[in-house]
Amino acid sequence: MKQALVRLENIHKSYWRDSLEIPVLRDISFDIPEGEFLALMGPSGSGKTTLLNLIAGIDRPSDGRLFVGEEEISRMSEAELAKWRSRTIGFIFQFYNLMPVLTAFENVELPLLLTRLNRAERRKQVETALSIVGLGDRMHHYPNQLSGGQEQRVAIARAIVTDPDVLLADEPTGDLDKQSAEDVMNLLGYLNREFNKTIIMVTHDPRAAERAHVQRRLDKGELAAA
Amino acid sequence: MRIFKLIFKNTGRHKLRTFLTILGMGIAVMAFTVIRTTIDAWYAGAEAASPDRLVTRHAVSLTFFLPLSYADRIARVEGVEQVSHASWFGGVYVDPKNFFAQFAIDHKSYLDMYPEFLVPEDQRQRFNQERNGAIVGRRLADRFGWSVGDPIRLAGTIFPGDWDFVIVGIYTGAKENTDESAFFFRWDYLDERLRREAPIRSGYVGTFAVQISDPERSAEMSQAIDREFRNSTYETKTETEEAFNLSFVSMANSIVLGLKLISFMVVGIIMLVLGNTMAMTARERISEYAVMKTLGFRTYHIVGLIFGESLVIAALGGAAGILLTWPIGNLVKTALGAFFPTFATNPLTLVMAGVAAMVVGLLAAIFPTLKALNTPIVEGLRIVD
Repeated sequence: MKQALVRLENIHKSYWRDSLEIPVLRDISFDIPEGEFLALMGPSGSGKTTLLNLIAGIDRPSDGRLFVGEEEISRMSEAELAKWRSRTIGFIFQFYNLMPVLTAFENVELPLLLTRLNRAERRKQVETALSIVGLGDRMHHYPNQLSGGQEQRVAIARAIVTDPDVLLADEPTGDLDKQSAEDVMNLLGYLNREFNKTIIMVTHDPRAAERAHVQRRLDKGELAAA
Repeated sequence: MRIFKLIFKNTGRHKLRTFLTILGMGIAVMAFTVIRTTIDAWYAGAEAASPDRLVTRHAVSLTFFLPLSYADRIARVEGVEQVSHASWFGGVYVDPKNFFAQFAIDHKSYLDMYPEFLVPEDQRQRFNQERNGAIVGRRLADRFGWSVGDPIRLAGTIFPGDWDFVIVGIYTGAKENTDESAFFFRWDYLDERLRREAPIRSGYVGTFAVQISDPERSAEMSQAIDREFRNSTYETKTETEEAFNLSFVSMANSIVLGLKLISFMVVGIIMLVLGNTMAMTARERISEYAVMKTLGFRTYHIVGLIFGESLVIAALGGAAGILLTWPIGNLVKTALGAFFPTFATNPLTLVMAGVAAMVVGLLAAIFPTLKALNTPIVEGLRIVD
């Protein structure tokens, strides 16, 4: 049995609107083994993205404990979380979220600016990441010069350039046409297979979810039986 | 280095908005420097004053004259080295709009006491020889295209009638702040005619210029001179030349105060212009900052990005304003040259403008930065959605 890379223990998450508590996640507990490709599914408002944000360390649980590797991220300070994210997490957004004023190369290079790599080393890693996603010939294109599918592949290159343990994808095919979505899913599958990346993907798309090893369903903030 | 690149690229993202902001800042900074220069010009006369000169005038008002005979009595006061006199003439050259200062002076002593007025020796001799000779400043001569030998007619206002002069000399200033726009002619020419036409006004002068041996004793000597004429028909008020010149500024104190207030309001306007741009910018980029935070960028990176962009715009606006100061300042100098003997922008004013622009750049970035930092990542990302 594979060792758990992500461990959630009795996670609760509520938001407050004035004095009204709105529970989003209730008592979520499960493990995600290293090298897993997990699809989180469920209707809108079920808490999928909230759960992904908690695992990414960009939001905090109201209660419960959350471990990634040996580290309990639910107890980390903001500064510790930022540092942890930069070396552990690669995040892929639905709308790519590239910097429009930077080229594909510069966008992918962004996370590396937080490392101690020199310019030549950064260049090498960026070129490698872009070649993995098949955009070695589009390095100097700006986001508005790329198709949606290409933009998402640049975003994936940005997510993998620091060689993180976990890739988190929030509706990565949600804004793409069928062919581009297929390409992106092939790419995620490739990263999981060839580089043993643990991937946690939130999706509405059953076709995308089928590419995952495991599908988990959330409903009204609770985990449905596996 | 990429962070700096990102700052510059962000600055140019909305080219029209950035251009208009820089232009607005430039105009405001230019307005600030020109207003400060105008204020400086107001005080230039006081700053050009010599510490070893006193001015004695009628105790009640400058509009009252003093008997010429006072000159000898002032000269006898211990510590007085030399006495001369000057009388405001207030004539009109062709049109009242052609205003410039005219003084009837004691031709034997006045120019000796004011070595900052540089007159070629031959022209000075001619001034001593020709009763209706006049010596004019270089700027005044340039303004009306006058040269030595030109006849000039002034219409008297305080001293009625037409007064004819011949320009016998053109003086230049020994210092940068020396007034080069005055018109000097001989008092004896004025008095001679007054003796004929208005004898009751003859033998009087406007002010005495008193050179003293020790500037440290100026207060004591001023009191000594005024004591000499206490309880006389013409009591005097003596003060340093600087205080005398400042008394003219104080007459327009509220205008100067108003200008000072406006200059600081201009700084406020700059802040609003830049603050508005930065607020819009930060609001539009909340999602980008959220993405950067997700990637692991820290608070100081976001602070650097927003402050950097604000400072780049402020620096460009400040530089534009400072560069605009020269052409616009020259236009103002041309328009107001008759009222301000010197109109030169003090380097300190430019430094103040530059510092003000950068301070505004810093202040304008505070609220957008707080907004960007206080927006939780998930909330910032939701804006994308």
